[in-house]
Amino acid sequence: MGSLFRSEEVCLAQLFLQSASAYSCISELGERGLLEFRDLNPKVSPFQRRFVGEVRRCEEMEKTFTFLQQELRAAGRLPAPCPESPRAPAAREALRVQEQSEQLAQELREVSRSRSSLRDRLRDLRQHLHVLREGQRFTSLPVGPGVPAGLGREPILDPSLHHHLDRKINFVAGVIHPWRVTAFERLLWRACRGYLVASFVEMPEPMEDPATGESITWVIFLISYWGEQIGQKIRKISNCFHCQVYGYPESEASRTEAITRLHGQIQELSTLEETEKYLAEVLDKVAQVLPTWRVQVQKMKAIYLVLNQCSFDVTKKCLIAEVWCPVRDLTQVQDALRQGSVSGSCFVQRVPTTESPPTLIRTNKFTAGFQSIVDAYGVASYQEVNPAPYAIITFPFIFAIMFGDVGHGLLMFLFALWMVLYEDSPRLRQGTNEIWLTFFEGRYLILLMGAFSIYTGFIYNECFSKATAIFPSAWSVATMANHSSWSSAYLATHPSLTLDPNVTGVFQGPYPFGIDPIWSLATNHLNFLNSFKMKMSVVLGIVHMGFGVMLGVFNHVHFQQRHRLVLEFLPEMIFLLALFGYLVFLIFYKWIKFSAADSRVAPSILIHFIDMFLFTSNAENLPLYPGQVPVQMVLVVLALASVPVLLLGTPLYQWCRQRAPRTVRPRAHDFAEIFMHQAIHTIEYCLGCVSNTASYLRLWALSLAHAQLSEVLWSMVMRNGFVGLSYVGGVVLVPVFAAFAVLTVAILLVMEGLSAFLHALRLHWVEFQNKFYVGAGYKLCPFAFAPDTWE
Amino acid sequence: MVSLLCCGPKMAACGLVLSAWGVVMLVLLGIFFNVHSAVLIEDVPFTEEDFKGGPERIYRLYEQVSYNCFIAAGLYALLGGFSLFQSRLNKRKEYMVR
Repeated sequence: MGSLFRSEEVCLAQLFLQSASAYSCISELGERGLLEFRDLNPKVSPFQRRFVGEVRRCEEMEKTFTFLQQELRAAGRLPAPCPESPRAPAAREALRVQEQSEQLAQELREVSRSRSSLRDRLRDLRQHLHVLREGQRFTSLPVGPGVPAGLGREPILDPSLHHHLDRKINFVAGVIHPWRVTAFERLLWRACRGYLVASFVEMPEPMEDPATGESITWVIFLISYWGEQIGQKIRKISNCFHCQVYGYPESEASRTEAITRLHGQIQELSTLEETEKYLAEVLDKVAQVLPTWRVQVQKMKAIYLVLNQCSFDVTKKCLIAEVWCPVRDLTQVQDALRQGSVSGSCFVQRVPTTESPPTLIRTNKFTAGFQSIVDAYGVASYQEVNPAPYAIITFPFIFAIMFGDVGHGLLMFLFALWMVLYEDSPRLRQGTNEIWLTFFEGRYLILLMGAFSIYTGFIYNECFSKATAIFPSAWSVATMANHSSWSSAYLATHPSLTLDPNVTGVFQGPYPFGIDPIWSLATNHLNFLNSFKMKMSVVLGIVHMGFGVMLGVFNHVHFQQRHRLVLEFLPEMIFLLALFGYLVFLIFYKWIKFSAADSRVAPSILIHFIDMFLFTSNAENLPLYPGQVPVQMVLVVLALASVPVLLLGTPLYQWCRQRAPRTVRPRAHDFAEIFMHQAIHTIEYCLGCVSNTASYLRLWALSLAHAQLSEVLWSMVMRNGFVGLSYVGGVVLVPVFAAFAVLTVAILLVMEGLSAFLHALRLHWVEFQNKFYVGAGYKLCPFAFAPDTWE
Repeated sequence: MVSLLCCGPKMAACGLVLSAWGVVMLVLLGIFFNVHSAVLIEDVPFTEEDFKGGPERIYRLYEQVSYNCFIAAGLYALLGGFSLFQSRLNKRKEYMVR
């Protein structure tokens, strides 16, 4: 945890890897995830790199795996997730994996092919069978003269007509899609001018459409015609309509013979069942081994991509890799190399560098959230002081100032507590909704925000916009009523009555904790609260900013720039404290020194502050303490004097140092650039002090907005539930409360919560961090095997 | 037998949370109304006549509102029980499908 204060020391190192053991060394390092590899061959295209063959092989294997995955998914199976992470395979094992996977893919392809062809054939046979059977209905001879009427049709074509017509009657029979029947019939009629008889009947059972796979009730048609030309036309038309045409033998006997033959053929296709069983077995095998193979090949590919980044030293026959390594982990790296290499011939060597190393800050699950909101603005420069540990407390606190309400804070706290207590449950961790994941990642943030909001809720004395009278109120209305002897006539004409604290007994002293509950019933509630919250915001802002300036001291000391302590830190602090620190002093002094007795003549801090800058004085505004004017004059002069020191101090110092010959590294300073930079910094700081102080007033603004929204919601929604005085009112209260709850969550928790979160974040990022933070670094991304993210 | 399951798992969970919150908050509100808390005066539906002749009539109004709150809390307890029942059915259905 010591590295949370500032980022860790990271050094540049070179790894010397023997060619034989390079793969296993990198595998070992990848498992531990310590180093970031630098690309030593940036100008080489991916196709010219050393290990391009192996990478290609890995990609081919991945293609095979994708095919297997698709087959599994098509069969409706899910591969089991890999239980523990297997290591990257050695070359021989990789070969075995490749062979096995290709063999399995081949088997799967063959089995699927044979299965689909068998099914096609079966479908064909069954269709033919149905055509023949249904066709019998139209062309069979009548059983006897007493054909029961229930049988329905007479044969359409009486075979006895054969002899009369002296023409041969031919048949075309087949199957057609039900949607095309009407068009087909119409076209046949028009084309063949009635020299045919077409009959259509639906198939008794639905069958699968080979193209789309859906189950359709096909329609069987039987066309009887005479004449060769008509026959050709009919066949052409049926071809256009994509009908499946089957041969229809003319005589009854050959038809029955064909039916029995088809029955026999269908029975023979029992091999279909065996094929299905074999397919299931193959799929089982695939489902078992696929996850492990995938992870192994992923790791292998990652290792080869890293090896591609190393440079090959011909003389020593070894691979050289350049890495960023945390100094603390150098021994671990040496350990890993020793484990990975065959003869302990691989070693690591530290290398000096002038480049700025990447930033590494180790966090645990609690601090990770706070570090990420700091990093979102800018990753800390190398070894710069890290604002995250302070943000753990200041961020929830500043949020809570804008959100203060016991009820809402409690809801937020309970929600975060649920997330924290069940954080290991896989159902919560594997959510796919991005918004939910964002909330889940920040569960510790929300927990602290909720807890602090309960605290500020007690200070503001607000619980769902109602004050809680935990201690008895310090104001006594009875005493005031007795003292002023309010008569009924007086009460009738005066809608609002004043409780004067100067009268003895009316105000019995300050409320022990927080704001007195009587203020929630007072009409001048906001007058009092605004003054209090504005002053509180200014005080908190100046304290926060002062703390930010003080953090800069650690940076100046660490980077051996002690001149900046005197030439930058000191003028900055004097400017801030002389002007705004004095304002804080005035606020507290007035709170302590002046009471209700002198409320008529109490001086206005605002007028005094303005007069301080303009060097004027106002006769009606009494001084707060004797000697105020000279003290203020001195402070203003001091503050103004610190500006040129801030502006010119550091550039002049650096210019003097450059001129003196004792500097070891004479860098070509561009004096104009340094001066420009310092001028910008000075202007930014001085103007920033004023504007940032005002910016902290958003703490007041948002807390006022939250309180007012809360009150409006209660009075416009919840109050309607109490209106009914009969017992029906209790039933009406149920939906009213439900509406109140939903609106509370939607508006006050989600919307106001996000708003307060955003403003607290802005105050940290801009007003606090621009006093000391540079944030121009980049993160250390160690080479580690990421968990499988394919699903 | 017609299935008793009418809510999905998420709706049952929402119902459970809402009912728990409702029971706690309405019981507390009922207690505070019963104690004639001054902070809640604006929520009591009084008229001009109720202020004549001492605070007794205002107190009766307070108590009426508090009984309404308790009734609503009781109804929310029933709703909570129903949501719990629905979520148990959902869990059982989840196990049976596998």
